[in-house]
Amino acid sequence: MRIPGLNVQWKALPGDAPAAIAPVGEWQWTEAARLVREGGGRLVALWGADHRDLAEDEDEYSVYAAYAVKDGLAVAELLVQDSAPSYPDLSGLFPAAGRMQRALFDLLGIGASGAADTRPWLRHGAWPGEAYPLRRDFDAAAVPPNALADYEFVRVEGDGVHEIPVGPIHAGIIEPGHFRFSIVGEKVLRLEERLGYVHKGIDKRFEEFSVAEGHRLAGRVSGDSTVAFAWAYAQAAESLLGVVPPPRARWLRAMLLERERVANHLGDLGALGNDAAFGFALAQFMRLKEDWLRENAAVFGHRLLMDLVVPGGVTRAFGAPQAEAMIAHAHAIEREVNELRVIFEEHAGLQDRFLTTGRVTPELARMLGLTGLAGRASGQASDLRVDFPAVPYGELAVKRAGSSSGDVAARVNVRFDELLESLRLVRAIALAAPDGELRVDLPQPRPQAFGVGWVEGWRGEAFVALEAGEGGLIRRCHAHDPSWQNWPLIEHAVIGNIVPDFPLINKSFNLSYSGGDC
Amino acid sequence: MLRILYKIVRTGIVSEAAPGPDEELRAGAPQIQAEILQLLGRALAIRQVDAGSCNGCELEIHALNNPYYNLEGLGIRFVASPRHADMLLVTGPVAKNMEHALRIAWEATPDPKLVVAVGDCGCTGGIFGESYASCGKVANVIPVDVAIPGCPPTPLAILQGILTAVASRSE
Ligand code: SF4
Repeated sequence: MRIPGLNVQWKALPGDAPAAIAPVGEWQWTEAARLVREGGGRLVALWGADHRDLAEDEDEYSVYAAYAVKDGLAVAELLVQDSAPSYPDLSGLFPAAGRMQRALFDLLGIGASGAADTRPWLRHGAWPGEAYPLRRDFDAAAVPPNALADYEFVRVEGDGVHEIPVGPIHAGIIEPGHFRFSIVGEKVLRLEERLGYVHKGIDKRFEEFSVAEGHRLAGRVSGDSTVAFAWAYAQAAESLLGVVPPPRARWLRAMLLERERVANHLGDLGALGNDAAFGFALAQFMRLKEDWLRENAAVFGHRLLMDLVVPGGVTRAFGAPQAEAMIAHAHAIEREVNELRVIFEEHAGLQDRFLTTGRVTPELARMLGLTGLAGRASGQASDLRVDFPAVPYGELAVKRAGSSSGDVAARVNVRFDELLESLRLVRAIALAAPDGELRVDLPQPRPQAFGVGWVEGWRGEAFVALEAGEGGLIRRCHAHDPSWQNWPLIEHAVIGNIVPDFPLINKSFNLSYSGGDC
Repeated sequence: MLRILYKIVRTGIVSEAAPGPDEELRAGAPQIQAEILQLLGRALAIRQVDAGSCNGCELEIHALNNPYYNLEGLGIRFVASPRHADMLLVTGPVAKNMEHALRIAWEATPDPKLVVAVGDCGCTGGIFGESYASCGKVANVIPVDVAIPGCPPTPLAILQGILTAVASRSE
């Protein structure tokens, strides 16, 4: 009973992600969303695929919606005829679907019927409106030169209201995106985001990779989450290949994922201090992060841990002396982080900037689908490591972090808690990782075999759906970053705040531009 | 406050010596001369532009600001506007959606300007290549002085690339 009340045939997908897929009719497509909504579930991802060359009679596309429900992931697949390529809009039930549907139209040319907002999202003019890159018959050579298209921002009218356009290039070392503020005095009345600037056609690019090699591209959907995405990809590949990674590989994957979490949280805590004019925090946390990354390089051969998780296992392990060094280092960092946490908490100026700033209430978070770290800071308890613990998380018994105050301070605190918990996990894994093989051989994928992966990265859930094609190649791969869900919440979090607090609020979410635009 | 001071004193100075320039990184520029040390004393203003990166390169550029590399101590600083910049430090394959913005930033940077492309993506288009959405390497869009390979290059390699570009300007 994946979605109670929905009468469809669920087919369980093998592998580490607790997932099942079912074909649904148009009416059930909406009904599934409604039932998930009422049952307290979440929309994880929405994407589509062109299957016209495979369909027997009427040309068909597939549109998919993946939901997080009580017993795991439920994927609804709706077949869409080529004669009228559309499907019912889900944004009324799950507002986060809005941008995903717009992106789906830009790439595949299938629209959500009844959607209020049908402006392009990823397409800024680099390819024409009637060409759809993810269609199998898309001809990249026929794309005319880049022509920037106008975008209709929503205008706020009123006495004394003016606009501040920011970006795409920002004042700092940040990814590009455009923010349109409507303000009165210093106060933000409205923020509208326009993203998609770093769209580099990753979904299409996957078609040139083999199933066995796609982890490299998946690991570059968002560089700061390379382990999470490579692992989610590996899960999807293993699911469709029917391969089980060896126990040692699973423990090593968790080691890498927790190390990635530690690195990012260290960096964010420093940057958050800095954005509140506390440069000391930046220097201290960046020093700790650098030590951590150097250990990554020494033990695993890559500072950011890229290309280590592969379908079938991992490429590198650590020995006993390295395990000891990592344990000692995690202890040392824990001591320093505890010290710095006290300094943060006692610093009145810092707390003044953090508390009540950029607030997202639990009600709003639930309504709009805030997920991951930011979700946990606004009372949304999900953490895949706790809710659906794959090996080794069951044994590690991860402690869930959380808060309900939903402000910058809450997101700082959740980071501190998760950072300390991950340092504990790093030590536990270094001690308990079993011996054995690092990876298993992969069979040739069966064409049209389908699998998914779902991993709690430091930012939130990394999701990958994978379909094999002919000759071992990828036919369709969709990588979904949790930033899709969380970006719209920043538009809400800044309302009523002053413009100078925007960088701090934005940083407290630290969403990926590349991950969403990819 | 005392805690903060204690922490600062106990941490001490962790900055490390800067690397020399690397001839091999130079993209077709003439011979370098041994004036780097002099040049290190000169301020260099850099405007970083992410033209489509996966953000991995940004993480390593950020790391340059940590106390180990002590970038500001070398007289190098990141500035908010291309109009204040001597150098553009560009990452990523150039996403088609960023092509226009990158050109504008380049035009806004006063002459003589330096362009350093960072990472395999900036050097060749990297794993993303050229496609309907990607222009590929930075040099496909604006002229590049020095290109730093690596995915991502280490902070040390990036620093070395920056110094190589600076040294080439001194000629
Ligand atoms: S070179 Fe590597 S790290 Fe840098 S943007 Fe490209 S893929 Fe990301």
